[in-house]
Amino acid sequence: MRKCLLLLLTAVIYLSVHAQPNLVAFKGALIYTGTGRSIPNGVLIVQNGKVITVGDATTSIPANAQVVDMTGKVIMPGIVDTHSHIGGPEGGDRSSPLNPDIRVLDAVNPTSKAFKKALAGGLTTVNIMPGSGQLMSGQTIYVKLREATTIEDLLVTNERGVYGGIKMANGTNPMNGTPGYPGTRSKSAAMDRDLFMKAVEYKKKIDKAGKDSTKFPDRDLRMEPMVEVLNGKRIVHFHTHKANDILTVLRLQKEFGFRVVLHHVTEGYIVAKEIAAAKVPCSIINVDAPGGKAEAMNLWAGNGGVLEKAGVLTAIHTDDGITDSRLLLRSAAMSVRDGMSREEAIKSLTINGAKMLDLEKRVGSLEAGKDADFVILSGDPFSVYTHVLQTWVEGIKRFDLSNPADKAFAVGGYGVYSPDAVTHAHEDDHD
Amino acid sequence: MKQLLIYSISLLLSATASAQIAVKADTIFTMSGNPVVNGTILIKDGKIEAIGQNLSIPSNYKIYTAKIVTPGLVDARSTIGLSGAYNIPSDQDQIEKSGPLQPELRAIDAYNPEDKLVDYVLRNGTTTVHTGHGIGALASGQTMIVKTKKGLTDDVTIKPVAMIAMTIGPSVSSNFQSPGTKSKQIAMLRAELLKAQLAMKASQKDTSKVGDLRQQTLQQLLRGELKALISANTAVEIMSAIRLAKEFNLKLVIEGAAEGYRLIDQIKASKAEIIVHPTMARAGGAMLNMTMENAAILTNAGIPVSIESGFEGYVPKSRIILYEAAIALRNGLSFTEALRTITINPAKLLGIDNRVGSIEKGKDADLVLFNGDPFEYTTKACAVIVDGKVEIEDACDR
Repeated sequence: MRKCLLLLLTAVIYLSVHAQPNLVAFKGALIYTGTGRSIPNGVLIVQNGKVITVGDATTSIPANAQVVDMTGKVIMPGIVDTHSHIGGPEGGDRSSPLNPDIRVLDAVNPTSKAFKKALAGGLTTVNIMPGSGQLMSGQTIYVKLREATTIEDLLVTNERGVYGGIKMANGTNPMNGTPGYPGTRSKSAAMDRDLFMKAVEYKKKIDKAGKDSTKFPDRDLRMEPMVEVLNGKRIVHFHTHKANDILTVLRLQKEFGFRVVLHHVTEGYIVAKEIAAAKVPCSIINVDAPGGKAEAMNLWAGNGGVLEKAGVLTAIHTDDGITDSRLLLRSAAMSVRDGMSREEAIKSLTINGAKMLDLEKRVGSLEAGKDADFVILSGDPFSVYTHVLQTWVEGIKRFDLSNPADKAFAVGGYGVYSPDAVTHAHEDDHD
Repeated sequence: MKQLLIYSISLLLSATASAQIAVKADTIFTMSGNPVVNGTILIKDGKIEAIGQNLSIPSNYKIYTAKIVTPGLVDARSTIGLSGAYNIPSDQDQIEKSGPLQPELRAIDAYNPEDKLVDYVLRNGTTTVHTGHGIGALASGQTMIVKTKKGLTDDVTIKPVAMIAMTIGPSVSSNFQSPGTKSKQIAMLRAELLKAQLAMKASQKDTSKVGDLRQQTLQQLLRGELKALISANTAVEIMSAIRLAKEFNLKLVIEGAAEGYRLIDQIKASKAEIIVHPTMARAGGAMLNMTMENAAILTNAGIPVSIESGFEGYVPKSRIILYEAAIALRNGLSFTEALRTITINPAKLLGIDNRVGSIEKGKDADLVLFNGDPFEYTTKACAVIVDGKVEIEDACDR
């Protein structure tokens, strides 16, 4: 009998902690949907990890729903970080300047405490990348910050059937003196082109074989992801800062027709018209001061506003550890300060980034049928006084500021971080 | 003749630039008494002439308006001007790696007032900086205090020698082959200070025995003429710094103090002054256990703190104290206390509160004109005045 009671009690506790309440309605908050809409006194209903309804105060709430009063709070979609190095992706391997075959999948620690820090910042989807010390440092992974034991628990596959892109870089970072690495910008581009030409040849053989698998070329681990790149299945995430380097990426893109997102894009405001004409999206970064290297000297927080006005699809990323995952809202606020519209700034943290990962059908906005990834804020997303109160991933509360163990990750303290939660910011590896 | 004309015009221009100015603001945070609402500040000859609510503005004063005015911000510790923005060997003078103990190195011999970051921090409200030799040597050299206004080093310098920059921690052992351990770091510091102490004693009988440049510099430390600015972050490092200061009777300033929140009683007892690491510093190495609440915990325990921009090795190449104090504010500091950490507290710590750190009659006319709450992410410094001259203006029109 007593055992039975204990079992029952355990079951009740288990259910209250783990099971998703079937139907939850958050009412009273100002809701930013991520699609450019904001709903004062809105209603968000979620069930089984999905958004059921988003609407205004007149939205009918089913009688069986658990109702949570969020009056005075702000709800926005879970933040999408299009460029991060959390979880230990490792910088990139120095054996070759071009590493299409290397996967951060094989390095990232799925239980890294760095993910808890990211959740404390309201992040729910992250593109984890290898570094920029190579022309091509390897395959990235798109993750959801779920509870995880294995890396597979974190992965999110997009509608094109891949769970990552490929990281490239130009400018000074790959020109780091490693034997076999480029010494000049022209050599960098020539080496990129050489790899793409080989991939074009390899793809031709596959195309020619058609459905006859006996005529397929031998498997080639370097060429397989490159074919995905040429097919438009795998997006190239291209680290590039200076205006001339940005134009080089656009030139390569035009020559080989791959899909590309420009990353960092420090001097994007100088060539915004050219970027817009090429219809290439930009994932930008705001850093507190310029410099640290020559290609970041002209950094300006007005970049995002200029790109917005030019009609460029723009996201804002952390590049964690260059900036802190817990402060990505602040980065977007810096863009607002220097000219970006508030609406676009919300989108730059959510739906715009989701589009850059081919994940916009699942994440990036609060719309019926999409994943229930959202952040509850104490106030205006762009205010210094605002805190992330809760972060939900697929209908599960993953961060709660009122829980001291979670709060520790929001602020730090003795024994909170282990060295593996530290994302190093070295010239050779990152940014 | 033509040259003379140009010369007289430029003279005329510079006279206009430092002409009398009146600044009107919705709120003036003076950091000396209550904020002045709907106040006016009159500036004459580079100094604050008057501040109050109903001042009549003489007709020849140029009027500037702002929502919020604060004193020019004071950065308690930086390496700006020595650790250049490009981050290439030719602009990195903050650390000399030929030896771990070189207190004789002067900051003034390296400081570059034209580095882009000096202008950048000025645009973000920093008007006074305690800068100089960096973190990562037992004694990396001396520090100095400068204004961030445009001008040659000698023209912008407030104090050519401020403190001796010292470090206890893993950065020393990564920069030098020896010392390799914490114990060796302290042993080497004690040995060098003892040598200076003995030379000082010997010189009392025979002045020729005063010792070399290094010995003489350390004697300034031993005599209390200069403060010992010791970078220490873990509890072990902080306690080592306190122990060392006690043994040699040093005036101790602890820089970094990442685990300071664990040592409230010990810090109070030591009377050490505290410069807290940038709130957004990366948690790692000796700073693994840092918390963004450090400044608030220390302040609330009655220990006044200053917040520094510190040193950055990569991107961003400098922190901005206004931003760092803002993050300390959102993590427990009150508005006023947050503003104190970057104005009057560092001014006192640096011994220059007779000139900067608050808006009071007779003090240097260093002001920042904001278009809103200075700590708010979306607020900008629209104008910055240093020594009565408008160094930055129209920044909000861009």
